[in-house]
Amino acid sequence: MPDATGLELAAHELRELDAESIVDTEFHRGRATLIANPPQISKVLEHLKTKGYTFLASLHGVDYYPEEPRLGVLYELLDMKQVDRISVKARVHSDDAHIASVVDLFSGANFPEREVYDMFGVVFDGHPDMRRILMPEDYEGFPQRRDFPLGGEPVLFTYNEEQNYGRWQ
Amino acid sequence: MSLTDDYRRREESITLSAEPAGEETHELLTLNIGPHHPSTHGVLRLLSTLEGEVVRDIKPIIGYIHTGIEKTAEDKSYWKVIPVIERMDYLGYYFNAMAFCGAIETLLGLEVPPRAQYLRVIHLELNRISSHLFWLGTSALDLGAIGVFWYALREREKLLDLFEMSSGQRMHTRYIQVGGVFEDIPRGFEEKLREFLKIMPTRADQYADLLEKNEILLERLRGTGMVDQETLLGLGVTGPLLRAAGNPWDLRKAQPYCSYDHFDFKIPIGTVGDNYDRYRVRHAELYESTKIVEQALAGLPEGPFISPDRKVALPPRHELATSMEALIHHFKLVTEGFRVPPGEAYYPIEGPRGELGCFVRADGSAKPARVHMRDPSFTNLQALAPMVRDGYIADLIATLAMLDPILGGIDR
Repeated sequence: MPDATGLELAAHELRELDAESIVDTEFHRGRATLIANPPQISKVLEHLKTKGYTFLASLHGVDYYPEEPRLGVLYELLDMKQVDRISVKARVHSDDAHIASVVDLFSGANFPEREVYDMFGVVFDGHPDMRRILMPEDYEGFPQRRDFPLGGEPVLFTYNEEQNYGRWQ
Repeated sequence: MSLTDDYRRREESITLSAEPAGEETHELLTLNIGPHHPSTHGVLRLLSTLEGEVVRDIKPIIGYIHTGIEKTAEDKSYWKVIPVIERMDYLGYYFNAMAFCGAIETLLGLEVPPRAQYLRVIHLELNRISSHLFWLGTSALDLGAIGVFWYALREREKLLDLFEMSSGQRMHTRYIQVGGVFEDIPRGFEEKLREFLKIMPTRADQYADLLEKNEILLERLRGTGMVDQETLLGLGVTGPLLRAAGNPWDLRKAQPYCSYDHFDFKIPIGTVGDNYDRYRVRHAELYESTKIVEQALAGLPEGPFISPDRKVALPPRHELATSMEALIHHFKLVTEGFRVPPGEAYYPIEGPRGELGCFVRADGSAKPARVHMRDPSFTNLQALAPMVRDGYIADLIATLAMLDPILGGIDR
């Protein structure tokens, strides 16, 4: 992890490239996070990739309900030469959740982006195959959002299979 | 909508984007493999496009055993999350618990006592051996070598007995806790473990004798499913698959956690990255893990097996009878659980299949606001298409076996 100063330097460098790109930085328990402006996300990641963070270790979706912008997309970048990790966070509004896909930069982002779409409803523009991945194709709603009820799925028995989701007659 | 119409509609909703255009298209056959097929190692469905016997494209379709563990975790206090988290990658339960507990310990800023760290290493490495043994047995079964399955599971059985000794459970042990481990190793564990460590290398030699002198197996593994390092890195592949392609990336060495830097071990790597290298790398890891356990057992430090912080770890049973404070702590921990200060943490460890990272967002309450597991099987599955493309369908089975996907980890 870059230390707090290293994080500020990285943020400064990105701001010089594009003044709008970095909104804020966070340093907590040794974890360095750059908070990026969603429209500039590809530019930020591309720059970090040229700086040596060539491996996208993970991509998470987070729901910051009830804060707005509510949904967060987190990119965990890894520099395998320096053994250094940095994370980039972009927050998008839940009513218009769109962010650029980074599949062309990191081809491994394909499945994780689909997962974030599936669970949180963030649409990744430019993704080659933006479909649900874990939930059924015709599922409605985004189950990992904080306001999605737990246990709302009806359990299918013989007596109620006619009424319920998943019936096949 | 009639049954057939509905079926056709669903069938059409699946696109095969990589289907080559041109007059050859009519020669292509779409073959569905799985989700219930013994060689898919779980409930994995593969939509393959074949030209004769050659695989032109493959689409993994997953989600058949998605159980919403990450959602369930948001409704449980931190220490109650561990059992559900363990059920994600069901062959590497110690690793799941370790990644989760590590993330919580980072957020709490909690120090883990050295004895607990060594006990964790012992169990993690034993779990790696048991996971690799299961992989070896089932993969050999896919390739037609049934005998190895019985032998590999015989050794795994010994490991499960050891797990049962230390935690009371054979699988999904919930041994690793926030702040340390559940219980110190019992009397007799050490002798049994030493006995196992003595036979393990000779048994691994025997597997090699069974497999590596088998011409059929070698023919099926050598030169198949070859993918270069750069493609694998781009796809986010880690673990034995990446190491087989010649990249010695291992978090135990690169970013040591849980005092892995105290031990002397080697990182086996391959040369060309075909299925044979993948098999060799995992097979060699059996020896290396045995070596780590030997060293951890020899250097096991004295001291507490769990953090003495009463706000996080349960007080010892005997204190409850004499100390009011201990009783209060016990009550608070069991009813509400401990609270974690707000923050986010990502804790990566080297699982049996690659980088297993746990992301936790805490909001200050006793329940996590978000738990996300970066499961290596999920990311590694993306590499299946480049591995099998333009190879024979028989090689697809071998490649899938050597990829070692755990569907519990993929679907979570």
